[in-house]
Order: sequence, then C-alpha cells, then structure tokens
Amino acid sequence: MTVLHELANAIAGGDIETVDLTHTLDPDFPVIVLPPEFGQCARFRVEEISAYDERGPGWYWRNFSCGEHTGTHFDAPVHWISGKDLPNGSVDSIPPDAFVRPVCVVDCSAESAADEDFLLTPEFLVAWEKRHGLIPANSWVLMRTDWSKRSGAAYLNMREDGAHTPGPSGDAVKFLIDERNVVGFGTETVGTDAGQAVHLSPPHPAHYLFHGAGKYGLQCLRNLDRLPPTGAILVCPPLKIKNGSGSPLRVLALVDRSKG
Amino acid sequence: MTEPLRKPPRKNPQVRTVLPTLPPFSRSRKAMAFTAAAAEGRFVLQVCAECASATYPARELCPKCWSMHLEWRDADTGGRLISETTLRTSINTYFRERMPWRIGTVQLRAGPTVLAHIHGDVMRNDEVRMIARTDKSGQGVLMALPAKETPNMADDRQLRELTCDPKHRRVLVTDGRTELGQQTARALASAGASRIFVGIAEQWRPYPGSDDLAAVPGVEIMPLDVTDTISVNELAGEIGGKTDILVNTAEHVRPGGTLDRDGTLTARNEMETNYFGLLRLMQAFAPGMRARGADGDNSACAWVNLLSVYALANWPQFGTTSASHAAAYSLSHCLRGELAGSGVKVINILFGPLEESWRQSLPPPKVTPQKLAATIVDALRQGIESVALGPVAEDVVRRWKEDPAVLERELTQLQAGQAS
Repeated sequence: MTVLHELANAIAGGDIETVDLTHTLDPDFPVIVLPPEFGQCARFRVEEISAYDERGPGWYWRNFSCGEHTGTHFDAPVHWISGKDLPNGSVDSIPPDAFVRPVCVVDCSAESAADEDFLLTPEFLVAWEKRHGLIPANSWVLMRTDWSKRSGAAYLNMREDGAHTPGPSGDAVKFLIDERNVVGFGTETVGTDAGQAVHLSPPHPAHYLFHGAGKYGLQCLRNLDRLPPTGAILVCPPLKIKNGSGSPLRVLALVDRSKG
Repeated sequence: MTEPLRKPPRKNPQVRTVLPTLPPFSRSRKAMAFTAAAAEGRFVLQVCAECASATYPARELCPKCWSMHLEWRDADTGGRLISETTLRTSINTYFRERMPWRIGTVQLRAGPTVLAHIHGDVMRNDEVRMIARTDKSGQGVLMALPAKETPNMADDRQLRELTCDPKHRRVLVTDGRTELGQQTARALASAGASRIFVGIAEQWRPYPGSDDLAAVPGVEIMPLDVTDTISVNELAGEIGGKTDILVNTAEHVRPGGTLDRDGTLTARNEMETNYFGLLRLMQAFAPGMRARGADGDNSACAWVNLLSVYALANWPQFGTTSASHAAAYSLSHCLRGELAGSGVKVINILFGPLEESWRQSLPPPKVTPQKLAATIVDALRQGIESVALGPVAEDVVRRWKEDPAVLERELTQLQAGQAS
C-alpha cells in the first residue's frame, strides 16, 4: 500500500479524525468592522433562485454573496499593502502545497481568558517549544484562545475605543517569520491581529509583517481545542478567485487518533 | 362624550378574521384632486375664478355662473351642523358591518352645504371643524368634528376608521440602532401603542442607547436586518400576523455623488437598505397586513415610509442616496396600489436634512430625530398619508408641485454655481 492509500484508509477507518475548524456561513456571523468612513466587508447573504416552486419546480438553489474576508477565511499576501508586489501573492496564484501543511497549536486560552488584550510574545512561543519541540519550518501556527466559544457582542468585544481581542505581538510575528519561517498564522478571532493592534508598532503587525514576507493568514477558526499541540495536518485551500485577496473556505485538520 | 377605547381582547383563534370591505370607491377624475389634498390632510374646495363661489362635490363647471375656471383652494374648515341622521341599514357591505352610522349636513363657512360623516360628540346646530381624509377606499371624504377638543375624541368609532391611531396597536419599528429609531419607539409608547417591536440588526455590534431602548414600556427587541431576506422573513413568520403598523426607520445614507468615490459598493449599500430593504419588508409583511385591514380595534392600518425629500428630485451632494430614495418612493406607490382595498394606508414622510452624523456638515435648518418621531405619530393619529417635514422639505415639495423641471435645474445647477 502506498502512503496515500494508508492515509485514505486511516481517515475512513477513524484512526485519523477529520476535524472541521470552520464556522457556518451565516448572515448574522460577525465580520470585521472598520471605521464607518472606510469601505466595509460585505456580510454573507443568500437569495433563493428557486425552491421547488414556480421559479423551478423540481429544484432548490440559491445565490450567495459575501466579501473575500467574510466568515472563516484565508488572507493572501496581496491583502496588505506590504505584500502587494509579491509574486504569487493572490489566492489564485499561491502554490497549492501551502494549503496542506503540518500545524502547531499554541494554547493561549487561559491567558486570553484572563486578559482579553493578551499579546502572544516570542518568550511565550519559546516556552511552548520547550514543551512541544521547535516549530518546524513551513508549518502553520494557530493561536488557540477559545474565542470561538464566545457569541454575540462578546466575540468582537467592541467598545468605544475599539475591539478588545487577543493576537500576536510584533516581535512574535517577526520571530515566526525570521526564526521559524512558518507558512502562515491563524486565529479564532475575526482577524489575525489583536483587536487593539492599530496601536502596536508597526500597526497591525500580523497583517503588515506576515503578508510582507509572503505568509498567509487564517481567521475565524474554531475547534482548535480539539487539536493536539503538534502532529496534525491542516487542509485549507481558498477559492481560486482571480487576483483574490482572500476567500471564505472550509478549514480541516487531520488528527492522528491511533495512539489513543 | 366618547367612550374611551378599551384594550382589544385577544383574538379568538376559532373565528375567521373579518375581511376588509370598502366604502364607495368610485370618484371622478376631477375629484381626485380632493383626494390628493385629503391625503395631505388638507381640506380644499373648488373656487370659481370668476364669481368666487366655492363648490362641493367636485364639478366641471361653476354651478352658479357656469364658468369653467374652477380652482382647488384650501378652504375655511369652519361650519355648523344643520341636520343629522343615523343610518341603520345600507346596501353597502362596509356600512352594513358598521351600523349605526351617523351622517349629517354641514353649512360651511366657505359657502357650500355638504354631506359629511359626523363625530359622535357633534350635535345638531353645533359649530364644527371639518377634516378631509382618505377613507378605507383611499378616497377623500369629509368628516365634521367638534369645534373644540372633547374627551377621548380620537377614540370615536367613525373617526378611527379614517385614522391610524397607534393607541392599543402593535407596531414594528424596523431599525432601533439609531437615535431616530429609538425616538420613534418612545413616541409610539407615549401614544399608547400596546407593543413596539424594535428591529436590531447585528446584535454582535453594540450601539448607543440600547439599555434605554429596552426599558421603554412595550418595547421588545427583535433581530431584524432589512438587508437580509432570511432575517426579514423569519421575523415576519413570528410577528407578521400581529403587526398593525410598520414604521420603516432603516436608512443607509452617505454623502457624495457618483464622481466623489470609486466603485458601486456605497450605492449598492444604499439600495440594499433603502430600496431592497423596503421591498423585502413589503414581501414579508404586506400580505399579512393586507388581510388584517378590518381585524377589530387593533386592525392593521398603516405602513410608514421615511424618505428624503430628494426622492422627488436628485440633489447631487447626496446623489446616490437621493437615487435610492427615489427608487423607494416609486416603490411606495406600488405598495399603495397593492394595499388598495385593504384599508391599510401607506404614509410617506418626506423629510429635509436630518440631524445625524452623515449629514453633519449640512447647515440648519435640520430635522431632529425627535421631531421626525413626533411627526410619525401625528400622521398616524390624523390618518394623513403624505407629509413634508421641515422647512427644506416643505420648500422642495412646494417647488416640485409648481414645476418639477425647474426644481431639477435649481438642485443640479445651484451646486455648480456654488463651486465656481
């Protein structure tokens, strides 16, 4: 048997569990909210074409509309001004092997529960590596905060001075790029950056630095508490939108359960 | 003295809902001018340009001097009831269902003697104040009211057929995130609405005033986003059968014309809320309201649209917003046509610049949300279908009636003159 056959059998047999890290595309799911004078991300919307009725007696289908950054979504380098001139920086041109990679899950849930503005630091990552080993090059790093378990207004956590949600510090982003050469970074919150990241230097370091270095982003993930710190494989191909800055997508993780 | 209207009992689920029937519908084309003025709450009579005598009902010629030059003019509303009778039978289904019904003859100060519906507190020889309003057929009729306010006057059974009084009625306010929506809910609560459903889109985003809004008596916060068909349909599924009045406070407005920004997204967002939002609400709520136009003391009775006066003629400083309101204004007439025969009135309030953040840079005079809310309640209480609110709106409507082509020139070329 080839390795692919073994993989397929293990998935079908349950030795490898397929964990869905995706929120349902729902019209009322939060999107990022920018200051009102800027353009805004479209909400997810659905209109029926027909539903076994006079518009189409035997079939049900719908049109949907949304933004490239609605729901659980992928950020391509061209999303940010720092990545606009990179080669292969849009979702249609990214080499597809980047969409299937090992994944490290850094548990920041206790820290995020204690401090909604928690910033992931290089020291925190190094401490994590002492327990779980070095973050391999070309792997995804996901920041687990259990934020996906929040609902309603607690998810964006908007106040008069903006959103309060955890994210990476600028130094942590630099560490993951320069010292570990990860393929991308993902979060459970509405963006890869912290809610107050506009006040960091540089502003929005995850967007500015990761995308400037040709790295990818994933956000609005869930079920990260069901993943091991290391050893899982992430499957996250975005839609192939011409010159797309990102796309809603289904994010799956393959987790080895055979060792119990 | 009018008995105060009691809170309607809960509906008996085993009894078929009474279908709307209509008072006489037919009018001559000439009489439509009377109806159009009545829809604005104005009492007009034809006055002869040659002999100055006033006439009613609408005629082609002056009955006194046979001149063809009859002009519609606002008339003195005073008069005296010189005879009255109580109808106890009728071949008209609408009146049969509402017997007994009082009518009488009024000697108008303006000249003619007219047949009119009469308020319960008006007796023979009393001085009266005439109102012209649209009835359940949407046609202009006259009613004689007491010259001075009497206790519970608005609760008169015959008057309530002409008005859309929110007292004891259930109202949906479609957007409560704004100052306007919140003031509207408050004004309706003060006016005696029994329940005020207030739609809130995107409850995952906080909004100012939310706690105070929830504390208004009778207010129930409901999830509603007029840009989302599923959301509108779901709410109609819940409360569509007990929405007696719908007040559409949702608006998306951005300054600028087509050359002030790139792309179509802003204009699309305006259309999604201002035009498609109205369309979604119509498709979801109007069928239920149309069927409940005669459903007792808390029958469905009114649909209120709040529209920028620049729906009538485009103002390029708010060019795409104006266009979306023009689309909504046109659609409101479609709604009026589709609700014709149901007894549910479509009330359009055309407002001048509102006191709100997107119109912040506009100079006064502006319409405050509080004033607009009070105007909504006033139009409902009076049963008026068309209101121009604020000095700017009054002026635009006046010029539009005089000559829409001249108004268009004024609005579009004034800006060029200011820029140069």
